[in-house]
Amino acid sequence: MTEVGRARRRKEDARLVTGRTRWTDNIQMPGMLYVAFLRSPMAHARITRVDTSAARGRPGVVAVYSGRDFAAEQGSLPCAWPVSEDVVIPDHPPMAVSEVRYVGEAVACVVATDRYKAADALDAIEVDYEPLPAVLDMREALTEDSPKVHESGNKAFTWTFSGGDIDAAFTGAPVVVEREYVQQRLIPTAMEPRAVVASTDGETFTIYSATQIPHVLRVMLAVTTGIPEHKLRVIAPDVGGGFGSKLQVTAEEVLTLLITRRLGKPVKWTESRSEGNLTVHHGRDQIQRISVAAERDGRLRGIKVDLLADMGAYLMLVTPGVPLLGAFMYNGIYKMDAYHFACTGVFTTKMPTDAYRGAGRPEATYALERVMDELAAELGMDPMEIRRRNWIRHEEFPYTTIAGLTYDSGNYEAATDRAMTLFGYDKLRAEQADRRERRDPVQLGIGISTYTEMCGLAPSRVLGSLAYGAGGWEHANVRMLPTGKVEVVTGSSPHGQGHVTAWSQIAADALGVPFEDVSVIHGDTAIATKGMDTYGSRSLVVGGMAVLQACEKVKEKARQVAAHMLEASADDVEFDQGSFRVRGTGAAKTIQEIAFAVFAAHDLPDGFEPRLDADATFDPENFSFPHGTHLCAIEVDTETGQSRIRSYVAVDDVGKVVNPLIVEGQVHGGLAQGIAQALYEEAVYDSEGNLLTTTMADYLIPSAADLPDFVTDRTETPATSNPLGVKGVGEAGTIASTPAVVNAIVDALRPHGVHDVRMPCTPERIWRTLQSVNGGAA
Amino acid sequence: MIPAAFDYVRPQTLEEAAMALAEAGEDAKVLAGGQSLLPLLRLRLSYPSSLVDVGRLSELHGVRDEGDHVFIGAATTHYDVVHSPVVQAECPLVAMATATVADPQVRHRGTFGGSLAHADPAGDLPAVAVALDCAFVARSASGGEREIPASEFFVDYLEPALRADEILVGVKVPKLGPGWGYHYEKFHRTAQSWAIVGVAAAVRRSNGSIEEARIGLTNMGPTPVRASAVEEALRGTPITVPVPGGGNGGPDPIRDACGEAAAGTSPPADLHAQPDYRRHLARVLTHRAVLSAARA
Ligand SMILES: Cc1cc2nc3c(=O)[nH]c(=O)nc-3n(C[C@H](O)[C@H](O)[C@H](O)COP(=O)(O)OP(=O)(O)OC[C@H]3O[C@@H](n4cnc5c(N)ncnc54)[C@H](O)[C@@H]3O)c2cc1C
Repeated sequence: MTEVGRARRRKEDARLVTGRTRWTDNIQMPGMLYVAFLRSPMAHARITRVDTSAARGRPGVVAVYSGRDFAAEQGSLPCAWPVSEDVVIPDHPPMAVSEVRYVGEAVACVVATDRYKAADALDAIEVDYEPLPAVLDMREALTEDSPKVHESGNKAFTWTFSGGDIDAAFTGAPVVVEREYVQQRLIPTAMEPRAVVASTDGETFTIYSATQIPHVLRVMLAVTTGIPEHKLRVIAPDVGGGFGSKLQVTAEEVLTLLITRRLGKPVKWTESRSEGNLTVHHGRDQIQRISVAAERDGRLRGIKVDLLADMGAYLMLVTPGVPLLGAFMYNGIYKMDAYHFACTGVFTTKMPTDAYRGAGRPEATYALERVMDELAAELGMDPMEIRRRNWIRHEEFPYTTIAGLTYDSGNYEAATDRAMTLFGYDKLRAEQADRRERRDPVQLGIGISTYTEMCGLAPSRVLGSLAYGAGGWEHANVRMLPTGKVEVVTGSSPHGQGHVTAWSQIAADALGVPFEDVSVIHGDTAIATKGMDTYGSRSLVVGGMAVLQACEKVKEKARQVAAHMLEASADDVEFDQGSFRVRGTGAAKTIQEIAFAVFAAHDLPDGFEPRLDADATFDPENFSFPHGTHLCAIEVDTETGQSRIRSYVAVDDVGKVVNPLIVEGQVHGGLAQGIAQALYEEAVYDSEGNLLTTTMADYLIPSAADLPDFVTDRTETPATSNPLGVKGVGEAGTIASTPAVVNAIVDALRPHGVHDVRMPCTPERIWRTLQSVNGGAA
Repeated sequence: MIPAAFDYVRPQTLEEAAMALAEAGEDAKVLAGGQSLLPLLRLRLSYPSSLVDVGRLSELHGVRDEGDHVFIGAATTHYDVVHSPVVQAECPLVAMATATVADPQVRHRGTFGGSLAHADPAGDLPAVAVALDCAFVARSASGGEREIPASEFFVDYLEPALRADEILVGVKVPKLGPGWGYHYEKFHRTAQSWAIVGVAAAVRRSNGSIEEARIGLTNMGPTPVRASAVEEALRGTPITVPVPGGGNGGPDPIRDACGEAAAGTSPPADLHAQPDYRRHLARVLTHRAVLSAARA
C-alpha cells in the first residue's frame, strides 16, 4: 500500500499535545532581557516630546528607547509588492519618530530584567502628542479636503485589469444587477501570539520568531538593518498558527534585533493578546462594488468590479498585493464575455492590512457568489440553476478564463451533484416553502457557494509580471543516511499544517522506505538553507513537489550504484518498494544496502561522489485551482435576529490527497474561519480611531460549540500542472464558506424584502435589517 | 498575564482570611476562582495591593440543605453547583443559569460567590439571585456575620454591598416549594460569551393560570433588574398554547404582560447591542422564558 493517500495520524501531534514544544516564548537564555513597547493611544498625532528619564530609574530597567534613538539605523519596514507605477510606499519606521498614524504604533520601549518590570516601567515614559485628524473612512479619505495620512495623500495606488469588451457586455444587456458589499476588517487570531528572541555572540545574530517566513525574513532583516545576510540566522521554532499574520516583517522583529545589537544581550518580546489585536496586521477591509450583466436566461455577459481596499497607515510586506490576488478570481468558475476590475488602495489611520487566510480570493469569491444569488433572485431562478448555466463544463478543461488564467482541471458538476445529495437540497427547499407559508418566526435559508480559487503560489515569472519582489519556487534537500534512514530538509515553514507527516508520506513512497524512517527538518536558515516559506496554500503544491523531485534524484543515484553492485546496466534495474532488481533475475539490493555502500564508498561506479542526497527546486508552471460546492442551511429567528447553522455540506476537490486526515482538518478549520467572518468577527474602530475590539470578549471567534457538525466529502480531479496531481487545501474552506453562510441568511429573509445583510451578520444587524424593511414589524 | 505587582496570601481558615483582609486595608481584594478578577489585573484595570485567596477555604465550599433554603458556599465552583443533586432538586433555576456560564474550563474554576460578588449585571447569576430573593451571608473580622438581601446586594455596576473587609461566605437560596416551573433564557452570540440579555423566570401555576411569577433580567442595567411590572401583569393570566407564528391567534395575555419587560430598565450600549435592541430582546425573551417556565 502506498503512503500517499493514507490517513496517517500526524507525527507532530504527540509532542504538541504533551507540551514538549518549543515556542519562541519558551526559549530562555542566560542574561536574557525583556522588552515592552509603549504604544500610541492616538490614531494620528505629531510626537512633540518623549521623556524616558523617569522610566530609566525604575527597578530592573536596563534601557529605555524612543524612536529618535533608532532613527539612524532602523530603516523602513519593507513592502515587497510595489503593485503599480503610481504606488506610494511611505517611509515606515519600525518605531515612530515624529508622527504616529495608528493606535498601537510603537513609540518607545523599555528593556528590563523581566517582563513585569518592563511593563511596569512603561507607565513612567512621558510622551506629548499634538493631535492630527484621524482618517477612517475610505470614501472620505479620497475626497479633496480630507486630512492626509501621509503628505503624498491618501491614495496608495490604482490598478486595473480587463478581459474582453466590457462596454459591449453591458450595453443593451437585458439584466444588470449592481451591488455593494463590505468586507469588514478582521484580526487574524493565531493561537500562539507573536514572539521574538534575538541574540548575538558579538559577531553573528540569531533571531527566533513566531514567523511563517524565516527565509524571507532573513533577507528582509538583512536589507532593513544592514546586518549582512551571512551573519544573520533566522529560526522559526514551533509556530502556533499564522493565517497570514506571521507572513510579515514586523516592527518588533526589527527592533528586538536592534536592541540586541546595542546591548549585546539576548532580548525577548512576546505580545499579549490585546497588544496583538492592535498590532498584528489586519485582514480584508474592502468595499466592493460589483455589477453583473446577463441574459434573461441567466447567462453571464460580463462582470465589473470597483474595489476600495483599506491599506491602513502603511504598506507592509504584501499589503497592496492582496486585492490583486483577488483580481483574477471575480469570474470564479463561470464563463462570460468580458470582465473589468479596478482597485484603489487607500491609506487610513488604522493598523495596516495584509494577507489573511485566502488573501484576495475570499473577497472575490464572496462578491461573486453573493451577486450570483442576487441575479438568480432578479430572474426568479433557482440559484443553483443559474450557476449550472454558467459554469465551465468538465469537458471544457483546460479552460482559459476571461481573467486570463488557465484552469487545468476541474469537475464542477461532480462536486455539485455530490453536495446536493448529501445536503438533501429538495427536501430543505420544501421545508423552507412550508415555513414561509406558515409565517414561522423561524425562517430557513439555503446558501450556495460554488467556488474555485487559485493557489500554489506561484510561477515565479507570473509573480514577476505582477511586480512582486520575489519568486514562487520552493526547495528541498533529501538525504539518505548510512543506516538507510531519510532526512528531508524543506524550505516550507509549517506552523500547524502537518508538513512533517505529509512530506514523510511523499518521501516514503518515492524512496520505498518506511514512513517512520523519514524525518523532516525545517524552519532554520542555517539548516534549511533555501526556501520561500509557507503561505498561499503553496506548501504541498510547490514544496511537496520539490521533495518528490529531490527523492527522484536520490533514487536515480541509488539506481546507478545498484546497477554497479549487481553488475547490470542501469536501464535493466527496476525499482519497486525499496528494492532495485535486475529485470528477469532474482538479484536485488535494497535502497538501505545501497545507502550504506555509498557511505562506505569501497566500490562505487567511477566518478560517483560518495553521497546519496539531492537538492531540488521546483517552480510551478501554473497556479492550482481547487474547487468545490458548499451548501449551508440556516435557521433565522426573525423575532430576535439570531441565526443558527443547521447543516453544512462541503464537497471539495483538492486534487490528489496525500493525507485525508490533514485535508479534513484544514477544511474544518477553514470553514470555521470563513463562517466566523460571516457571523462573528469584526475589528471595530471608533470615530477617533481607537480599536474597540482588543479582547476576545469583544472580538468574537467561534469555538466548536458554535459550529455545526460539518458534512464533508471530496471529489478528486487531479491537477495536471504537477506530477503529484495536488492542488492545495489551506484556504479553500475559508474562501468557500463565507458566501455560503451569508447567502443562506439572505435567502431566509428574501421574502421580507431583504437583499443583503452586512457582515458579520450579528443578531442585532439581522434584526435591524428586518426593522428597516418592515418598518418595524418583524 | 502581566499585571502590576501585588502581595498574595492564602489563609487556612475563614477567620484568618477575614483578619488578613482587614489588615491588608482598602486596596486589598478577595481572590476566588480568578475568572473575573484576573482579566481585570491582566488589562491593568485593577491594581489591588494584595490578594487574599479564599478559593480553598473549606468553610466556603459545598451545598447544604438547610430546611427552608439551600446554602451554597461562596467558593463552590460553578461545576459543583451544576452537579449538586440538592441544587438540581431544590433550586433548579440556579442550576439552569449556572450551566450557561462561560465554558467548562471557566466553570471548573469560577465560583458561585465570586460571580455574585463581582456584581456584573451581565453575569447570569445575579438575575437569578434577585428573582429568587436570595440572602447573602457576609463576614468580617470586625463586624462578624451579617445577611444582605438580594434586593440590596447589587448597588451599582461591579459594586456589591460588601465592605472592603467583608468576605462573602455563602448564599441562602430560598426553596419556593411545589408548583413552580423555571427557565433561564440566555441570549448570546457565542457559546462562551456573556449574555446580551438574559431572563431568569420562575412561575407558579395553578389551574392552568399563572398565580405568581418572579423574573430577573440580566444585562438590562447597571445592576440585575427585577421585572416587577411583568410579574404584576402576569398574575392570573391563563397559560394558553401559543399558535405557531403568533398571527391570528387571538388575545395572548402572556405576551402582552411580557411587553412590560423593558419598563424601567436602562440597558447598556456595547459592541453586541444597542439599548433599543436590548429592550426588544427583553420583551421577546421574557415571553419565551415565562412560557417555558409555565410549561416546565
Ligand atoms: C471566558 C470567560 C467567560 C465568562 N462567561 C461568563 C458568562 O457567560 N456568564 C457569567 O455569569 N460569568 C461568566 N464569566 C465569569 C465567571 O462566571 C466567573 O467565574 C465569575 O464571574 C467570578 O467568579 P470567580 O470565583 O472566578 O471570582 P474572582 O474572579 O476570583 O473574583 C471576582 C470578584 O469577586 C470578588 N470575590 C470573589 N469571591 C469573593 C468572596 N468570597 N467574598 C468577597 N468577594 C469575593 C473578588 O474580589 C473580585 O472582585 C466568564 C469568565 C470568563 C473568563
